[in-house]
Amino acid sequence: MNAPDPKLAERKDADTQHLYAKRVPVFPRKIDGPFRRFKWAVMAFCLIVYWGTPWLRWDRGPYAPHQAVLIDMAHRRFYMFAIEIWPHEFYFVAGLLIMAGIGLFLVTTVVGRAWCGYACPQTVWTDLYQHIDRFIDGDRNAQMRLQNAPWTASKIARRLFKWSVYFLIAFMTGGAWIFYFADAPTLHHEFWAGAADNIAYATVGVLTLTTFLLGGFMREQVCIYMCPWPRIQSAMLDEKSLLVTYKHWRGEPRGSLKASQRLVDQGLSPLGDCIDCHQCEAVCPTGIDIRQGAQLGCITCGLCIDACDRAMAQIGRPRGLIDYCTLEDSELEAHGQADTPLLKTILRPRTLIYFTVWAAIGVALLFMLGARTRLSLSVAKDRNPEFVQLSGGAVRDGFTVKVRNMEDRPRPVVLTTSGVPGALIFTDDMEERMAQQSLSMTVPSDTTMRLRVYVQGPQGAKPGPVLFQLKATDREAGHDQSHSTFSTPEGNGQ
Amino acid sequence: MANDHGDGGTHSAHNSGHGARLDEATGVHTVGHEWDGIEELDNPLPRWWLILFYICILFAIGYVIAYPAIPGRHSASAGMLGWSSRGSLAAEMKDADAGRAAMRAAIAATSIEDLAKDPKLQRAAIEGGRAAFKQNCVQCHGAGAAGGKGFPNLNDDDWLWGGDIGAIYQTLQHGIRYPGDDATRSSQMPAFGRDGILTPAQVQDVVSFVRVISKQDPASAASQRGSAIFAQNCAVCHGANGEGGRAVGAPRLSDAIWLYGGDRATLTETVTNARYGVMPAWGQRLDPVTVKMLATYVHSLGGGEATPGAAAPAAPTAAK
Repeated sequence: MNAPDPKLAERKDADTQHLYAKRVPVFPRKIDGPFRRFKWAVMAFCLIVYWGTPWLRWDRGPYAPHQAVLIDMAHRRFYMFAIEIWPHEFYFVAGLLIMAGIGLFLVTTVVGRAWCGYACPQTVWTDLYQHIDRFIDGDRNAQMRLQNAPWTASKIARRLFKWSVYFLIAFMTGGAWIFYFADAPTLHHEFWAGAADNIAYATVGVLTLTTFLLGGFMREQVCIYMCPWPRIQSAMLDEKSLLVTYKHWRGEPRGSLKASQRLVDQGLSPLGDCIDCHQCEAVCPTGIDIRQGAQLGCITCGLCIDACDRAMAQIGRPRGLIDYCTLEDSELEAHGQADTPLLKTILRPRTLIYFTVWAAIGVALLFMLGARTRLSLSVAKDRNPEFVQLSGGAVRDGFTVKVRNMEDRPRPVVLTTSGVPGALIFTDDMEERMAQQSLSMTVPSDTTMRLRVYVQGPQGAKPGPVLFQLKATDREAGHDQSHSTFSTPEGNGQ
Repeated sequence: MANDHGDGGTHSAHNSGHGARLDEATGVHTVGHEWDGIEELDNPLPRWWLILFYICILFAIGYVIAYPAIPGRHSASAGMLGWSSRGSLAAEMKDADAGRAAMRAAIAATSIEDLAKDPKLQRAAIEGGRAAFKQNCVQCHGAGAAGGKGFPNLNDDDWLWGGDIGAIYQTLQHGIRYPGDDATRSSQMPAFGRDGILTPAQVQDVVSFVRVISKQDPASAASQRGSAIFAQNCAVCHGANGEGGRAVGAPRLSDAIWLYGGDRATLTETVTNARYGVMPAWGQRLDPVTVKMLATYVHSLGGGEATPGAAAPAAPTAAK
């Protein structure tokens, strides 16, 4: 058993097999091209949305905050432009999250890991930090030289400078987060005055640290080792999903132009289109070699496509040796056949089902948003005592009535009951002699008003159901009702 | 071999059979155990893990110094920050009291009759009273204030000593038949049977009469005899027709509500031995603001009456 296993020894020799490999730092080379420009655009969009959103204003009148997007934890409200969500409507948020999940499935099924390649915060901030690296330390080769250089004063100074910039960006990233949870200008002022809540400072601290570490140092390791999404995506991708593909049937055998020319001179067939220039590896933000095939480390950002296209242009070969391509098309192309038509690739049961579910949830949410009541009534009957016998033979039941006004303005309403003939109602701040058939009141804006309401049935009142009705008397009107039970010494009518 | 777990490679004397060896595939030594051919590599703990571990140790040392941590016979070590859970509760209570101070001062400065004129004060008093009621009153009057035998239901309109807010406040402040308070509400029903004022037969006649005026029984010969006895002995407090007398806390006998019970046996017991319900003077036990709050709460339970002579207010109600 202790004899060295020949297979193990063999594996040890193969240089790709290290059980405890150290991370090889990635210094992606600067590249330009359509995918790079698209990545720039997405990055700019994401960062502008992230940093800008909390500062958008939205006039909601005198009774509600004027921040367009605000998650107001303290008051249990979520504002998003014209929409205001209360805690009991959290299913809207749940619905949006489900839509986001299914949308991600849909996107992945059609265009592969587009999320990973362009829009994921880890990608966006890693990209940003890699730009900082190039801006401060120079392009790939300069960065490698500096990495391997001894720790001289100049290197220390440059590193400290770069890390300060890292930290500044991390601080701005972590700092922006809290503005989604409170009035941004106020909180900004309080933050610097030291008057903000401890939780604000703690949040900024934690997010600054995580951004600094995840964006500045861990980078592609987050995608490769920490993130579950690349693993889940294996189940999402199929032979009709877009992958960044090295077209080996066109590129292999790889070799320099000179070597290829030598073969031609000898009367042999030339080498493939890949001239083994390693540009695809040099620009890769996760430091992989796409020519080894589809792999976990590939976030499908397409930068290697830009790099390869440029090389192909230089040697006068057609672009697309590395390109977005489905597995199915790879097979076809390798055998010299034409690609599957685009529509046939996109319209397949899997994508259609994803889209249907996604759209159905969206439509349902929109419908519910349009149909939801902004004025509501709920009534809970007193259990102790269930009824009160009055000296004259009348019976009085107590109810806890909640009137919810979700509008950003006070609303005049009228509360009435039916079901107990001759019943009069009054509240706990009134006396019995003030009881009436209906109660008029004003519900403050954006409030659930809690009332104790007494319903007093005349002598001989029968037990049974009682219906509370609420009606807004302003121009917009609106009404709601709630059922309860009127009990007497005879029982509760059931 | 189980006890060899985890001390990484320093004990090769213990292993059974094979010693620690260099694993060729990884270039790392094994710890020397083997379980059915499975061996363990003696890899060091990851550095990041170790660093976190040391940070935790440092944190723990700091924590033990700063906070109560080391148990003693009677209490834990105090900790340099002086924190304690009781102290933190006291601080929170102080904050809560400070938050209520303005409202309490306003209630203290307002007469009990005028509280209802300020809806905010009235609301605060009702809610404060609700809390105080749960602490002090539910033992006798019940969580829903519905009372029980001998303990009045505070929800109804049948008040022994008056149901306007001033009367309720007076009752709460000084209690009923409470020996320790000179201003307490006081009255005593004679024990007509026990003290021989009425014969047992007369008691039965009076009971018959009371059951007639409370519309439980039709008139009878006994009730007619009882009528005369009632007029002579009972009407002075309970009224000629049993309508009750609030000045002396004499219950109304002509309605459907009974403090002890309206059945013949209970009535007989009541007339024979009398009743002597007692409530403490809460003015001696609670602060004046709390008593005011309790009075407002009890008045809000539905049976609250208007202050005598006060004009009926216009109507309503209820902005929060």
